[in-house]
Amino acid sequence: MTNKDEVIVCRCADVKLSEIQELIKDGCTTLDEIKRLSRACMGQCQGKTCRNLIMQELSKAHSIPIEAIKPSRFRPPVVTISLGSLAEEDNHEK
Amino acid sequence: MKNKASVVIVGGGITGVAIAYELIKRGVKDIIVLEKNTLSSGATGRCGAGVRQQWGTEMNLKLSIGSVKRFETLQEELEYPHDIEFSQTGYFMPAYTEKQVEQFKKNITLQRKFGLHVEWLEPSDCRKVVPIIDLKGLMAATYYDKDGHLNPFHTTQAYAMACRRKGVDIELFTELIGIKTEHDSIKAAITSKGVIECDSIVNAAGGWSQIVGNMAGVSIPTYSERHQILITEPIEPLFRPMVMSFYHNFYTQQEPNGAIIMGIGDPNEPKEINVDSTYLFLQKMASVVTTVLPPLKHARVVRQWAGMYNMSPDKTPIIGKTQIKGFYLACGFSGHGFMISPMTSTLIAQMMTNEPLAIPEIETKLDLGRFERGELFVEPSVV
Repeated sequence: MTNKDEVIVCRCADVKLSEIQELIKDGCTTLDEIKRLSRACMGQCQGKTCRNLIMQELSKAHSIPIEAIKPSRFRPPVVTISLGSLAEEDNHEK
Repeated sequence: MKNKASVVIVGGGITGVAIAYELIKRGVKDIIVLEKNTLSSGATGRCGAGVRQQWGTEMNLKLSIGSVKRFETLQEELEYPHDIEFSQTGYFMPAYTEKQVEQFKKNITLQRKFGLHVEWLEPSDCRKVVPIIDLKGLMAATYYDKDGHLNPFHTTQAYAMACRRKGVDIELFTELIGIKTEHDSIKAAITSKGVIECDSIVNAAGGWSQIVGNMAGVSIPTYSERHQILITEPIEPLFRPMVMSFYHNFYTQQEPNGAIIMGIGDPNEPKEINVDSTYLFLQKMASVVTTVLPPLKHARVVRQWAGMYNMSPDKTPIIGKTQIKGFYLACGFSGHGFMISPMTSTLIAQMMTNEPLAIPEIETKLDLGRFERGELFVEPSVV
């Protein structure tokens, strides 16, 4: 059997399943709240894996269908880009 | 939701929940906090998270010094089971013009009078504090190692959990849609989920403060202004303090996890409610920050977002009473609401419970009436 306390939900910020469940116990009902308190969904991959996993946990805990859970906002840039490349482009335009 | 309260606080950001906490701590009962979204979903959760004490006026020094003192022990006081991540890694403020050098000299004299051991750095000393700074054009800098930062989400959550334990009702997804007054006194808060009869309403609505003011028939000269911000992926430690340049109008700091957060002001930003992100910001930010801190050109941007400063005409908070009995203001923080929230909340709670004020002069210096009297408050050290 897997030790549930050790299951990682967000690999970018090392957030464990048990931490997500604790936040739900503390009263979080939305993905936005969990995202902001745990940093899940805010790392390099921007929640590509953990977003769905956390939505599943919310769905189970509050007995609501997953489609009724609002996903958090997808923030730009879609993929990471270096400050150097952005600066170069700015200088080029000038 | 209850239909009666003694106090209704509008806004579930740091200011709103901190006021609720300070009130219930003083024995005020039946407090309801209204939040139209989730806690810290407005400016609090979008801010740069810095707390500085390097100000240029006695008022702002008192507000910030008192607040940092509270932050030092806040986690224990609120009995919060997680970490609010308060750390004092300092603020580094470079000067690039003669005028800034003169102003910083004046500031440091005043700051030292208040017991802050702010350091004066010549250009040759600057790399001891910020090893990656480019020295071109740099004339001097001030640095104070007791300035710092803390996690806005956890700090708000810490206040909120303490409030709930003591009996405050925090109503999420509940929007204020009107205020009922009678004979210039507060009678009720009209919300999207029903009417709450109450004696007092506190306007801690951040970017929406002017709209809440209008509901009570009180015209507040605040407006909202978008400020954009970005964060990079975590990289090796490069610098500790918040670097804040008035000359370039930007601030940046490496967070404990190695990610670098940064924001830059846009002088052409229109006065409006708007939290959209733009590509132009990425370019401008990158161009300026890689000039001042060149090694950052290798850092990769992970995400960008925006929040609203609630600006007042003199870029100084409005904390106080209004012509409507029972209608209090804690707004217009102009980008500094998070860092002074412990003092803001203490002052509002003292005012509402008729206690002597920790900073008595706020009644005539930070009140709404100052704009009508033409007594604007001038702080030289704001971005």
